[in-house]
Amino acid sequence: MGIHPQLNRNGELRHLLTTEGLPAAILYHILDTAESFTGVTERDVKKIPLLRGKSVFNLFFEPSTRTRTTFEIAAKRLSADVINLNMAISSQTKGETLLDTVNNLSAMHADMFVVRHNQSGAAHLIARHVGPDIHVINAGDGWHAHPTQALLDMFTIRRYKQDFHALRVAIIGDILHSRVARSQIHALTTLGVPEIRVVAPKTLLPDRIEQLGVHVYHNMAQGLKDVDVLMMLRLQHERMESAHLPSTEEYFKYYGLTPEKLVLARPDAIVMHPGPMNRGVEIDSEVADGNQSVILPQVGFGIAVRMAVMSILAGN
Amino acid sequence: MHICIRNGRLIDPGSGMDRIGDLYLAEDRIISIDSRPAHFRDDREIDASELIVCPGLVDLSARLREPGLEYMATLESELEAAVAGGITSLACPPDTDPPLDEPGLVEMLKHRARNLDRAQVYPVGALTQGLKGERLTEMVELHDAGCIAFSQADVPIANLHVLMRAMQYAATFGFKVWLRPQDMHLANQGVAHDGETATRLGLPAIPVCAETIALASILALMKETGASVHLCRISSAEGVALVRAAKQQGLPLTCDVSVHHVHLIDMDIGFFDANCHLMPPLRGLADRDALRAGLMDGTIDAICSDHAPVDDDAKLLPFAQAETGATGLELLLPLTLKWAVENRLSLPEALGRITACPARILGIGAGRLAVGAPADLCVFDPDAYWIVSNTELKSQGKNTPFLGMELCGRARFTLIGGHIVYGE
Repeated sequence: MGIHPQLNRNGELRHLLTTEGLPAAILYHILDTAESFTGVTERDVKKIPLLRGKSVFNLFFEPSTRTRTTFEIAAKRLSADVINLNMAISSQTKGETLLDTVNNLSAMHADMFVVRHNQSGAAHLIARHVGPDIHVINAGDGWHAHPTQALLDMFTIRRYKQDFHALRVAIIGDILHSRVARSQIHALTTLGVPEIRVVAPKTLLPDRIEQLGVHVYHNMAQGLKDVDVLMMLRLQHERMESAHLPSTEEYFKYYGLTPEKLVLARPDAIVMHPGPMNRGVEIDSEVADGNQSVILPQVGFGIAVRMAVMSILAGN
Repeated sequence: MHICIRNGRLIDPGSGMDRIGDLYLAEDRIISIDSRPAHFRDDREIDASELIVCPGLVDLSARLREPGLEYMATLESELEAAVAGGITSLACPPDTDPPLDEPGLVEMLKHRARNLDRAQVYPVGALTQGLKGERLTEMVELHDAGCIAFSQADVPIANLHVLMRAMQYAATFGFKVWLRPQDMHLANQGVAHDGETATRLGLPAIPVCAETIALASILALMKETGASVHLCRISSAEGVALVRAAKQQGLPLTCDVSVHHVHLIDMDIGFFDANCHLMPPLRGLADRDALRAGLMDGTIDAICSDHAPVDDDAKLLPFAQAETGATGLELLLPLTLKWAVENRLSLPEALGRITACPARILGIGAGRLAVGAPADLCVFDPDAYWIVSNTELKSQGKNTPFLGMELCGRARFTLIGGHIVYGE
């Protein structure tokens, strides 16, 4: 495939599928646009008419509350019509293929698809087959990418840390199965973060992760030393059944973020988590609710960032 | 039927012959080279000037999808594709539906293929009933019905005790066992090589040790049982090294590689190109180079098309869910020629990997250009450029990573048993 799957001929964003390969200018444009939308949330009239008359279809083939809700709120604040489709219990179970579903919905004059799917590459597949006027936003595909989550994380970091070029960032937890981690790594490298660390046991790290531009740590004490930003990842319970880990207790002991481990980071370090959190598994409640945690603001920024992405796509 | 093929560049990989000459065919044999036999009156003359005349290609792995999977392809469509690709003999693995584990199924397949009068079909019988890896098939019966070897296709045997017994039983009767080395537990649900591409794309990975550990088990069981084994579609540098060492020890071992793996690597998956979802997975650049080196020094004996036609719908899915495989019958020749050019190999050497060597593995008389040899021939234009496209491909499967690419080399005439089965 010669052309970039998510940019149009003019190099503008046509779909948002991954943060990989996105130019820094586009990332900054999204962050700046999101900044301008943060005020909207506080206004009395919370709507702006940028997407009036447009239909946004939320296609969630995998259960999600937070991501789907923030996309819905974002679309509604832009005055779009939002149609939520819970595909996990819909036509897919009746044997309709993914592309059949998408073609049928395209015929209903969709302008934008927000897609969550448990298979890596699902959003790319849809983007390749939709008509020229339809935009696709990847809301998470398998282990591959979750670009809007990474963008809201970048937005959060910029809020609290300003300059990306002087940061030490650690991503901690199940990197192997994490679409969030992959998207974060690509965004952080593009924005010029000089030191990105991943901290995890060997069973939760994919082969040659160093090739993505990160330093690998297996030890929390070393991995957290002097970092400015800690990005925690959710640990799925099925990792115990698939022989990746012995128990959540042992995981918490060595890789859970506790106040004792947090002191190894810089005193002004911020703690992030994409949610939903497993308290006492990857993060201690004291840290999650502590004054270095920015986990709740993250959620709020998610709306502004998704508004930014949708409005930019609709304008291109 | 008497046919004279005039002025062609005759290449016989087995003997190294490579010169311009004439070929005289009578009935199903080559009866003379260069000198016109007395009383020879040709019914047909083929002008082969500027063309190469070589033995018909022999393909060690072509799925014809019959019985049971006709929605993907039929014997008619795929044997037509075979002869259009210059292939005159092919072995088909037993992963049909039902698998080739009963003599009746094998006889039916042979019978259907014979009636079509296209490429010669050599079924590989199932090593275990239903390919389940539990009970042995009636190998002698299957052999009598026409099976030339026994294999598990792409279904590995979990229980090594069963594999050992199967190899012992096959060895008793001198049957060859064909195995693709892959440990099922280490492969897990993987769909791509364990490397940077799988990491980038978030695809479940298959480590190289899934191949090398299975290979080490097979080699140990060969020593234990005395069975001779043909390894199908090896994929990794470490696998090649194991095969090389085993051959140096004198184990009765042969080995092939898929033509896709001679050219492509995991990076060619790009942004989830489902046509690159192959089994074994495309591996890294160092692996591809090692496969090429293995072909050069004879560690790998043959190149196969690993033909697997898949219907469009089965490929229009997210990468991991898409059916594995690529259509290959019509690409085996041009892709082998491309490899020869890239590795500066002589044509006789390169063509040997798709004619004489695989014929020897099958134990058939084809694959040579000599007086008395079967008149199974491929007459091809080495300078014909063509673009791989849905309309050009005769196979029912249009699934290939090479779609849209320009390749060089195309069959003009294919002859089987002295008959022109392809070409005007």
